[in-house]
Amino acid sequence: MSTTVLRRPGLARIRTTRAPLQHLCLGFVALVVLAAVLAPWIAPYDPNRIELGNALAGPSADHLLGVDASGRDTLARLLTGARTSLLGPLGVVAFSTLAGVAVGVTAAWRGGWLDSVLSRSTELVFAFPGMLLAILIVSVYGEGLLAPVIALAIAYLPYVSRLTRSLVLAERGRPYVEAYQVQGHSGLQICLRHVIPAVTPVVLAQSTVNFGYALIDLAGLSFLGLGVPALTPDWGRMVFDGQSAVQHGYPLSAVLPCAAVVLTVVAFNVVGERWADQVARRDR
Amino acid sequence: MTTTLDIRAYHLRLPDTARPVLAGVDLTVDARETVALVGESGSGKSLTSRSVLGLLPHGATTGGTVEVDGEDVLTMTPDRLRRLRTSTAAMIFQDPRAAINPLRRIGDFLTESLRLNAGTGARAATDRAVEMLEAVGLSAAVLRRHPGQLSGGMLQRVMIAAALMGDPALILADEPTTALDVTTQAEVVALLGDLRERFGTGLLFVTHDLGLAAAISDRVYVMYAGRIAETGPAAALFERPRHPYTAALLNSTPRPDAPQGRLAAIEGRPPGLREDLTGCSFAARCPLATYLCSQQAPELLPVAGEPARRTACHHTDRIGTRGGADA
Repeated sequence: MSTTVLRRPGLARIRTTRAPLQHLCLGFVALVVLAAVLAPWIAPYDPNRIELGNALAGPSADHLLGVDASGRDTLARLLTGARTSLLGPLGVVAFSTLAGVAVGVTAAWRGGWLDSVLSRSTELVFAFPGMLLAILIVSVYGEGLLAPVIALAIAYLPYVSRLTRSLVLAERGRPYVEAYQVQGHSGLQICLRHVIPAVTPVVLAQSTVNFGYALIDLAGLSFLGLGVPALTPDWGRMVFDGQSAVQHGYPLSAVLPCAAVVLTVVAFNVVGERWADQVARRDR
Repeated sequence: MTTTLDIRAYHLRLPDTARPVLAGVDLTVDARETVALVGESGSGKSLTSRSVLGLLPHGATTGGTVEVDGEDVLTMTPDRLRRLRTSTAAMIFQDPRAAINPLRRIGDFLTESLRLNAGTGARAATDRAVEMLEAVGLSAAVLRRHPGQLSGGMLQRVMIAAALMGDPALILADEPTTALDVTTQAEVVALLGDLRERFGTGLLFVTHDLGLAAAISDRVYVMYAGRIAETGPAAALFERPRHPYTAALLNSTPRPDAPQGRLAAIEGRPPGLREDLTGCSFAARCPLATYLCSQQAPELLPVAGEPARRTACHHTDRIGTRGGADA
């Protein structure tokens, strides 16, 4: 298969076929997802409970990872924050995958002027920085997770649609598609029942890679104070809240969410790219 | 006898070509009749058979009529065309390995068209699939297999079963044996003959194998450069060709009893699509060509004394003086 999953430079180098790292990353992804799902039951405290007297305390038996400048338990906020921090990218990936596949399949199947219009207009989005688009939409629609998620979904859509288009173009040229046409199937039936299932694994691998990047982008937005409301626990927001603590010499409450973001992104990238290599049968 | 397929004065023109790819093709297939369409690569035989199912290349413009069961395929609405493909006409492809989705079970492949497009229930469709598989000599166990688990010959039988699923009046076989080895070829050809008897379908058999065409068909059309060069009953046509191209083709068939040496071949190359053509398309390679041939395209006219045969040659009475009389 000649089509490759689009990678952004930088993290792409961390791909590896060495099994231990791959398994480690898969394990970490599972751990983070589990933490997000189980957060309300396993978090030791309410993430918004304030103990001002205890502010900036280091790790102790009561607070395993310490307490932030407002006296909130860091572990509880990390666990609960995993929910927002994963839900956002999940929305981005779900929307960009569905819409991207729809656009890509339509463009490749119909071809002609429709292909030109769809391909050029999605490529226009490439030229526009996703973050800038998100900031624009958030500033228009105000606080809330939905606006940045939709903005980023639009920004990630071209990655999916371009990949889908090239995969469908290759698939459409295969004789079995014509054989189904000759049996009286409509184009829509052939697309839904045969072509889309055939290209799905590669597209999902791309979406997994996108997940990591969307996570970084959303964390960046909430660090800037855009998107998630102020009191919602969120990793990007925690880094922002921890700034003053760092200045006072207590970096833990800011460094931990940073590490969580970085590790999660790396893990999702390694898993996604390894998956992409496997479905494309590339050995590297 | 009713006419299942009736192609009249069919023209097909593609963008970027100087001459029509198909120029006035006339062809009929009656019910229960096997008709072979022979010609070399690029002569337009596949295009002709694909046109019957409305599979036209991108940007093609057409003229004339292609009637299946009395309805013109070229002017059909997409809905009507889908119904035609589901139940009236079916196609058997050259390479079954490529023409069957490798990810789906054979059962899905066979029943999908009936279930989705003809509204047949899953059970009835499966029953029909089993019946058709048995008709082509396969067992019901094949239903649960994936294409990768079957041999090429078995897959081509599956393909034939799929073509029979909708009880079509016409089957188009586009070089169905080219991708198979010789023994499997013979089996598939015999099977096609049997099924035609049993189900009463018309069969248009596209091939470049003259021996095969002679063996299985009632009538033969010889195609050259987008035109019908000659047509007639298979036996008579191969016995005494009435067109220099047919004669030359038969002459270049390798024979085991022939003396050692080079194989006979037709000099020159078929005309390209990029240059315009005046006169007879075979004139440049024809041993009988005269000035008339280069100026005026011959019409497909009945052969004197043999009303079932027609040939497009100005010099049909001179054939036999040299060339393929001995073939």
